[in-house]
Amino acid sequence: MRCEEAEVLLHALIDDELDAGHARAIETHVATCGRCTAQLRDYRDMRGAFARANLSHQTPADLKRRIDARLPAPARPDRRNLLKGFAAGAGLSSAIAAGLVFGVMRTDQDSRIMSEVVSAHLRSLQADHLTDVLSSDQHTVKPWFSGRLDVAPPVADLTALGFTLIGGRLDYLDGKPVAALAYRRRAHIINLFVAERGSDKRGSAMETVQGFNIRHWGESGLSLWAISDLNADELEDFGRKFEAAQRG
Amino acid sequence: MNRPVASEAGLRTGVFGKEMAGAAADRARRFRETALPHLDGVYTLARYLLGNASDAEDAVQECSLRAFRHFDTFRGGAIKPWLLAILRNVCHAEYARRAGTVVGFGEFGEPPEDAAPLWNEAREAPDAAALRQLDAETIRSLIANLPAAFREVIVLREINDLSYREIAQVIEAPVGTVMSRLARARSLLREGWLAAEKGSAP
Repeated sequence: MRCEEAEVLLHALIDDELDAGHARAIETHVATCGRCTAQLRDYRDMRGAFARANLSHQTPADLKRRIDARLPAPARPDRRNLLKGFAAGAGLSSAIAAGLVFGVMRTDQDSRIMSEVVSAHLRSLQADHLTDVLSSDQHTVKPWFSGRLDVAPPVADLTALGFTLIGGRLDYLDGKPVAALAYRRRAHIINLFVAERGSDKRGSAMETVQGFNIRHWGESGLSLWAISDLNADELEDFGRKFEAAQRG
Repeated sequence: MNRPVASEAGLRTGVFGKEMAGAAADRARRFRETALPHLDGVYTLARYLLGNASDAEDAVQECSLRAFRHFDTFRGGAIKPWLLAILRNVCHAEYARRAGTVVGFGEFGEPPEDAAPLWNEAREAPDAAALRQLDAETIRSLIANLPAAFREVIVLREINDLSYREIAQVIEAPVGTVMSRLARARSLLREGWLAAEKGSAP
C-alpha cells in the first residue's frame, strides 16, 4: 500500500469503518512508515480531544418551546368528559370541582384578544395580504390611515434599527377596525396592531401564544400588540425601539 | 369518544388546520417522540454551519416545521440523518440568501482542493512529538475556520457521531467523497492544530 492510499484509509481505520482485510493492510503499511505512524497517532489524539471537549451546542429552551407550540397539540381529555368526571366523582367537593372547571373553562377578554391577534397574524401571512398600502416610507403609510380610522396610528421608520417597515393595512380585532403595520426582520414578519382603547394600562408584557411571541403595551390611549415568530428578545427590542420612536 | 378529543387538538393546530385533527395529533405525538430528541444535534450543526445563534435558531425552527410537514416521507431507519439533511438544505437557502444569489460553487460547492494529493503537504519529521491538548474554545475556532464542505463532515462525524454512510446521506454524496473530505478536513485541522500549539507555546 502506498502513502496516498493510506492517508485516506487511515481515517476509515480510526472511525472503525474498515473491513478486516483493509484494516490489516493499512496496519501493515503504518508499521513500516514513520510518517503514517505519526499521522495516525495525531488523528487519534485529535479524535480523543474532540470527544473530551464539549463541542456540541444545547438548543435554547425558548426555541424548543416555540417549535413545540407550532406543532399540533397533544390529544387532551376534552372539557365535556372532564365535567362528567366531576359530576360522577362522589368524593370531590363541589368547591374544588368548581375551581377546576374554572381553570379549564376560563376564557377572559385578554386571552380572547390574544388569540385574535394570532389569527389576524396568520391570516395576513396565509392570504398573502400583508399590506393595503405598500411603502417603507412612514410619511406615506401614516396618512393612508386617516379617513379610514378615527385615530391615525403612530408609524415609525425603524429601518436603521434593523426593522424594515413594509407597509400597513386595515384589520379587525375584537370586531373593531384597527391599524396593522407590517415590519420585516430578516425572514421574519412582525405585525403590529394598533387599537384605540381607553386603557390606562402601563408597561409591557410578553407572551407566547400558539408558538408566536406577542408583546403587548399601552401608550397614550392606544393599545399595541406586536406579534411574530421572531424570538422573544428581538421582539422585545422591536417594542422598545418603537416605543422610543413614538415618544420622539 | 375520540372525536371531541380530535377536534380539541384541531382547534390548536393553527397552520396545520387543513389536516384531519386526530391524525395530526397522532403524527405530532410520533414526531415529538422520535424527532425532537435530536434537536441538539440539529442545532449544533446549524451553529457550525451558520456561525451565529440567531441564524441557527431560525434554521432549526424552519427545519423542524419542514420535517414535520414531510414526516410522512420519512421511511424508518435512523431519523437523525434525515433531519440533518433537511437542516442542511435550510442552511443552503440561508447561504444563498446571504450571497444574494443561487448557490453555485460557493460555501457548499465542490471544494477545488479535493483534487490535490494529501501527501504533498505532510512536512513533519516522523518522530515529531505528539499533539498537545488544546482547549475547547480553540478547537471550536479551528473547526469554524474550515471551509463549509469540510466543516460539515467534521461536525457530522466528530460531534454528531454519524457513520460514513449516514454522512453520505446527509450531504447527498457517495461514501468515497465522505472519506476524502474527512481526510482533507482532518489534515487541515491538524495543520491548524500545530499552528495553534506554536501560538500558545510558552
